[in-house]
Amino acid sequence: MENTVNIYLFGKRYAVPESLTIMGAMEYAGYQLVRGCGCRNGFCGACATIYRIKGDRELKVCLACQTKVENDMYIATLPFFPLVKQVYDIEKITPGEAVMMQLYPEIYACIGCNACTKSCTQGLKVMQYIAYAQRGDFARCAEESFDCVMCGVCSSRCPAGISHPQVAQLARRINGKYLAPASAHLEDRVREIENGTFSELLEALTEKPLDELKELYNNREIEA
Amino acid sequence: MAQFDMLESVKKVEAAREANLLFEPKRMTAEEKDALLVAYHPDYKKEEFEALKIGANRGDPVPHELAAVLEGRPRITPADVDLTRIDHDCDVLIIGGGGAGISAALEAEQNGERVLVVTKLRVGDANTMMAEGGIQAADKPNDSPAIHYLDAFGGGHFAAKPELLVKLVSEAPDAILWLNKLGVEFDKAPDGTMITTHGGGTSRKRMHAARDYTGAEIMRTLRDEALNRNIAIVDFTAAVELLTDTEGKCAGAVLMNMETGELTVARAKTVILATGGAGRMHYQGFPTSNHYGATADGLALGYRVGAKLLYADTLQYHPTGAAYPEQIFGALVTEKVRSLGAKLVNAEGEVFMHPLETRDVAAAAIIRECSDRQKGVKTASGCGVWLDTPMIEMLGGEGTILARIPAMHRMFEKYGIDIRKEPILVYPTLHYQNGGLDITPDGMTAVENLYAAGEVVGGIHGRNRLMGNSLLDVIVFGRSAGKHASEKAKSVTKAESLSLCRLEEWEKERTAAGIENETPSPKLLPVYSHGNPLFQKKYF
Ligand SMILES: Cc1cc2nc3c(=O)[nH]c(=O)nc-3n(C[C@H](O)[C@H](O)[C@H](O)COP(=O)(O)OP(=O)(O)OC[C@H]3O[C@@H](n4cnc5c(N)ncnc54)[C@H](O)[C@@H]3O)c2cc1C
Ligand code: FES
Repeated sequence: MENTVNIYLFGKRYAVPESLTIMGAMEYAGYQLVRGCGCRNGFCGACATIYRIKGDRELKVCLACQTKVENDMYIATLPFFPLVKQVYDIEKITPGEAVMMQLYPEIYACIGCNACTKSCTQGLKVMQYIAYAQRGDFARCAEESFDCVMCGVCSSRCPAGISHPQVAQLARRINGKYLAPASAHLEDRVREIENGTFSELLEALTEKPLDELKELYNNREIEA
Repeated sequence: MAQFDMLESVKKVEAAREANLLFEPKRMTAEEKDALLVAYHPDYKKEEFEALKIGANRGDPVPHELAAVLEGRPRITPADVDLTRIDHDCDVLIIGGGGAGISAALEAEQNGERVLVVTKLRVGDANTMMAEGGIQAADKPNDSPAIHYLDAFGGGHFAAKPELLVKLVSEAPDAILWLNKLGVEFDKAPDGTMITTHGGGTSRKRMHAARDYTGAEIMRTLRDEALNRNIAIVDFTAAVELLTDTEGKCAGAVLMNMETGELTVARAKTVILATGGAGRMHYQGFPTSNHYGATADGLALGYRVGAKLLYADTLQYHPTGAAYPEQIFGALVTEKVRSLGAKLVNAEGEVFMHPLETRDVAAAAIIRECSDRQKGVKTASGCGVWLDTPMIEMLGGEGTILARIPAMHRMFEKYGIDIRKEPILVYPTLHYQNGGLDITPDGMTAVENLYAAGEVVGGIHGRNRLMGNSLLDVIVFGRSAGKHASEKAKSVTKAESLSLCRLEEWEKERTAAGIENETPSPKLLPVYSHGNPLFQKKYF
């Protein structure tokens, strides 16, 4: 039989196999998860969780689907956190510093405590990306925040009430739409297709007998 | 099964790495591939399938687990709901908040119709969020929609519906442009040229990516846009039955609050099913890469009101699911790892195949290594073969892994494995539902006013799908379903009275066919107890 550890789910003790993740351990204990479980693999941010190891002062945070249980772990899930998401029209935005000032002025109230960075479940430099946003440096903010899963843990720790993931989301969209270079070859191809450049070729393909298509497929040239 | 010890085997892999890096394994011939698939691919295991006894596809084979929900016991009876109490009234009802559902919502809203999106978990908790590798589009000068078509048609074993595939490849560049204009950050060179790579089965480098968070980057952008446009999205709300009008045209759905169990009625002029895939059905006992809600609900809902299925017997087993450590068993190791140069190596340190064969062929080849050839590496839950990730940086230079596949690095790093220095163990994982609801190019199913888009659809890819064509189909067909369903809604008059008559007929058909299966349908969520021997679980 596998080794077990004692964990405390919302204060109640359960003995669970030590190889399980927190999410798996909750299920082992009998929970049928509805909230706090999405992708089960570190991409969606549904499973933000806080815990403390008995006797330890530090309060830790993690993604339940990505973290193994430990003995004497006191666990509370954080399946929802009230982030502020401002509504804007991406077509009408001007990609300058003023946007942040208008939509998320609270970022200028950052006191530099770095609690966000320390708590990030993805190990991102959250305070740093907020600093970039303050300066209107959206490209860097986008770069630094790219791996964010929007679990909201950073915001739960922020004394200034900043919704970091939403700030970063705005920066990334501005960067993707306005600041990153446009792709001429893409726009050209869309125009060619609109003009029907490939229509005949495609139609001819669909009309070919199966044997001929197989022949074409099996002998097609593959780019190195 | 496998007999090789991990630590011993890894030494062989290291010793052979230099030579393996230079070694160019040959691609299999068409005949070799066919023989391999028949012998080793899970789709060819006849005993894992059964013929449907009722419905539009009676007689067709589907996996046992799917038959159980397709023919299972509907979660509600007509007595459970008062259909005269309309709780939600809208023009276009969209079921599912993944990439297809939200793309559809944006287009339907744009077209001036009132949209309601309901989704089982939170919006964006979906397979779309998890896609790592990329999205295909023929937008480079050496490429064309015709070449894309041939790659996809051949890769899908010449079984795709041509009119759907033509649409997919023709609208691909526009889909990328649309996403880019919404602010999706694709990997680009400083001059704006898209950085594109190969995927299994592509003959041109047309895989666009946003590092290895491609799906997440697309999904979060779409979600943000839907919120900006104030589209009504109701989380934790599942469709449990589709409603029709008195003529049998689709006209809404019965919804269930996943937390309280409350049932509500939604009336709509047109309905779009965008419920995604089926990995959590765990066909043949395989682990899965899919999100928690991937339980084939859309197939069950659609099938009961008369929609037809196409290729529901073909699943995609991704060749490289994580086989170790146990905590991430089945989680996806993106194909991009192979695109970037990592090769598949068996327990003896031999490169046993070309790394960029199509997925079904690669999965079958790995199963062969681990079974008949006895060259797998032993793990807690079975066995696996090596994916030699350190090759990536030998080829692309130091830093390539962090720059191009940071999510992969992070996933293994959490368990003390540095993929820059150590290879990883992989085994096929249930990844994608190739088959699904049969649609017209406009996205309509066999049921009038019922549309479908995304992974719930079958026929776009044939019997196997190439990497990067699914995110693409989600955008192309999601948008298209949104446009057509909203256009159609303009000419539909709201149903005077809603009906569950199909449900009554269904029960009669079940009885007539002697079906005693009581599996609740749709499944909604899987139940896991991780081997807890004491726990008898049930829904409450
Ligand atoms: C790990 C992983 C990696 C992938 N990588 C790639 C890749 O690199 N390239 C590529 O092209 N494709 C990839 N795919 C495939 C691709 O991501 C999916 O096929 C695609 O995103 C499916 O989109 P969808 O909108 O149809 O479904 P989903 O995104 O899964 O959305 C379905 C939605 O419907 C909801 N739902 C389900 N049932 C109900 C119900 N009864 N009522 C209400 N709501 C319901 C779900 O909760 C979810 O919100 C990958 C898939 C996975 C799992
Ligand atoms: S469930 Fe998605 S990040 Fe944990």
